[in-house]
Amino acid sequence: MTFVNEAIVDISGLTKTFGTTRALDRLDLTVTRGEVHGFLGPNGAGKSTTIRVLLGMLRKDSGEVRLFGGDPWRDAAHLHRRLAYVPGDVNLWPNLTGGQVIDLLGRLRGGLDEERRHGLVERFELDPTKKGRSYSKGNRQKVALVAALASDVDLLVLDEPTSGLDPIMESVFTEYVEQFRAGGGTVLLSSHILAEVERLCDRVSIIRSGRRVETGTLADLRHLTRTSVVAELARPVTGLAELPGVHDLDVQGERAIFEVDTVRIDEAVGLLHRAGIRSLTATPPTLEELFLRHYGDEIPAADPEREADGS
Amino acid sequence: MTGTGRFLVAFLRRDRWHYLWWALGATLLYYSQAVSVKGLYTTQAEFDRAAASMQDNTAFIAMAGPARALNTIGGQVMWQASAFGAVVVGLMSMFLVGRHTRVEEESGRDELLRASAVSRHASLTAALVGSLLANVLVGALVAVSLVSFPLDRADSVAVGVGLALCGWVFTGAALVAAQLTSSTRGMYAVSGAVIAVVYALRAIGDVGDPVLSWLSPIGWYQAMHPYSGLRWGPALLLLGLAAAASGAAYALFGRRDFGGGVWAARPGPDRAEPSLTTALGFAWWLQRASIIGWTGGIALLGLAYGSIGDDVGTLIGDSSGSQDVFVQGGGSLVDGFYAVAIAVIALVGAGFTVSSALRPHSEEESGRVEVLLATGLTRRRWLLAQVVVTIAGTLLVLAGGGLGLGVGFGLVTGDGGRIGPFLLDTVGYVAPSLVLAGLARLLYGVLPRWAYLAWAGLGLGVLMVFFGPLLRLPGWLQGLSPYHHLALVPAEPFRWLPFVALLLVAGALTAVGLVGFGRRDLR
Ligand SMILES: Nc1ncnc2c1ncn2[C@@H]1O[C@H](COP(=O)(O)OP(=O)(O)OP(=O)(O)O)[C@@H](O)[C@H]1O
Ligand SMILES: [Mg+2]
Repeated sequence: MTFVNEAIVDISGLTKTFGTTRALDRLDLTVTRGEVHGFLGPNGAGKSTTIRVLLGMLRKDSGEVRLFGGDPWRDAAHLHRRLAYVPGDVNLWPNLTGGQVIDLLGRLRGGLDEERRHGLVERFELDPTKKGRSYSKGNRQKVALVAALASDVDLLVLDEPTSGLDPIMESVFTEYVEQFRAGGGTVLLSSHILAEVERLCDRVSIIRSGRRVETGTLADLRHLTRTSVVAELARPVTGLAELPGVHDLDVQGERAIFEVDTVRIDEAVGLLHRAGIRSLTATPPTLEELFLRHYGDEIPAADPEREADGS
Repeated sequence: MTGTGRFLVAFLRRDRWHYLWWALGATLLYYSQAVSVKGLYTTQAEFDRAAASMQDNTAFIAMAGPARALNTIGGQVMWQASAFGAVVVGLMSMFLVGRHTRVEEESGRDELLRASAVSRHASLTAALVGSLLANVLVGALVAVSLVSFPLDRADSVAVGVGLALCGWVFTGAALVAAQLTSSTRGMYAVSGAVIAVVYALRAIGDVGDPVLSWLSPIGWYQAMHPYSGLRWGPALLLLGLAAAASGAAYALFGRRDFGGGVWAARPGPDRAEPSLTTALGFAWWLQRASIIGWTGGIALLGLAYGSIGDDVGTLIGDSSGSQDVFVQGGGSLVDGFYAVAIAVIALVGAGFTVSSALRPHSEEESGRVEVLLATGLTRRRWLLAQVVVTIAGTLLVLAGGGLGLGVGFGLVTGDGGRIGPFLLDTVGYVAPSLVLAGLARLLYGVLPRWAYLAWAGLGLGVLMVFFGPLLRLPGWLQGLSPYHHLALVPAEPFRWLPFVALLLVAGALTAVGLVGFGRRDLR
């Protein structure tokens, strides 16, 4: 019944408005079985809204939303037994201990793996006897993470799950997510932490103002951006200025400095080669540059209110 | 103190309606006493006789305070309103302080503000000053209303000043509680207990050893003796205690962590017992403490009414006007009195019902529902479990009141035979109370923004029971209150038809609310 490339999450043309705010505007998103899918975008882009529609908390205005092939609005509870959700801001009941919350969420989901629960509590250095409000922000987050990671589920839906975790705990989290994927699990991970995305995600989708602006593997995305090139040549290079995809060209005698669209790098280096390369440094874009390009104002700015209040 | 002014302006803006409603409520409490006393007795001789019989009623003294100058309107106002008035400003101060201290810290909003360039104490000071001002407003309105009645000017001002000072003391106590505990609920529990103890001390003192009354700020307020030989000395005691309590709060504030309390939260079990992790078990757990508290409180109220026994005649006086109020149904005076007492118990108990029915709303507002409903738990089962707990809790609370009433009556009269009937009579009020719960469900499911309007339903019920017949309001208006339709047991025989009809209405409202909740966005 299961086959490779089966879509666990399949969203197309999803629109959701709150009053006059259009939070999602014909959004598409596909998460296939067995992948860790990064879900990125600036504050207020609509990530949490998408996840809440996917979990049947919000009703879509239009578009198609499938979760495990089912309708998340009609079959919410049934589908929820196969997934675990961690919000970015976990609120606990003041009189319930962390351990009680873990058991509560786990059992309502259909059961916990006792051994994994024990291991997670230990690794996250969580004190399960403390009550709701006496937990710090990071520790509240850990309670929800333990409950999610100790559940026997097929899909993890994580909305900025590590906000407030210290770097050591972050790496514990990363380790467990990798383990989960190795066991055949699928993950939808919304995050602002690029190192986490780079380490975990097989594919990413970037959204802005409620629309997907990019999707693919990180290598694909890198491919779509520019590489900076500095070359020392035997003789002055010709034809570079005319080559499409070359930007900010600066030629000083035998030295050429420029940026080139990564898809054009082969042709550019070909021209350099004809001029005799003495030395060459080509710097691929960093992840930050990649995201700044998508988050920054190269794309028409969304209305200011949506930029102002996120969450 | 940079930032204090900004905080204060923000708090005052957010609280302005709260101020107004509390002040109007307290003023109505005092002013309506003056109006009703004036209307009740037609001649001074009749007034004197009634006063003489009230003077010796221990139960009333325990409830209200020392009996002084009861044959004057001023004396009656002070006697009937001052203890409850002090409790009202105590609750107001507790909620106002709570809103801007623990509630803010729990929500984390305060953290943002504190991190911006304001002095450490800014929000604490603003919360203090805001509550002090609210109490001044209450005191001023009460004083002005009494002076305009007209009652003696200096004494009326003293009534207002004493009331405001009581509020200041409770403000200080609430501020201390906010530093000691680490949760909003904990803070309300401690502040509420302080109010209860202060009230109880003077009750015991007034009927027994007067020293105890001098340990209670409410006792000090009443020791100012307005309208019966006014003296200002006790007001200084109130002022001194308010200052001391506020000072203590500041000292404690410096010694605790943000988000924590001086009392460390006790650790609990590291695993959940199986009964907690079902929909119904969890809903019960969520409301258990509140059900126990309300049941205990209502049982005490019942006990107080019951302990008046069958000596009702002396209590009400022989004025035909006042007897009419209680004998609407045509039964005996004792039955008439207990019919009203049971209605009062039921209305107070409905406070539990409405707050319990709104519990899902506050759970959703605080963002705790989302993770629960992202599990195998359906929306319908989650809400249905809450409905079941509200029904069970309402039955328990009412049973507590009826049992207290019967036991109190039995203890005083030696006749235990009325325990059963009183219990049934009181529990019969489950039907109109559940209509209010149904209203809360309907609003929550369909118009969650307006969910708190369910309290207006209870307000209407209270108004109609107390003022409907008195003001001769039109039948359709009185009929809007679900309490209007029930037989006034035990003065009238119980009627099944309205009871069943009200339950059906409650069921229908609840059903619509459930369906609505299944169809709307979570917030
Ligand atoms: N319940 C709501 N009512 C009104 N507007 C909302 C509601 N929920 C979200 N929005 C709006 O929808 C837009 C998308 O918000 P969303 O929370 O999905 O962003 P996000 O991508 O998760 O941002 P962040 O990275 O800050 O978490 C924002 O403009 C937000 O103000
Ligand atoms: Mg978000």
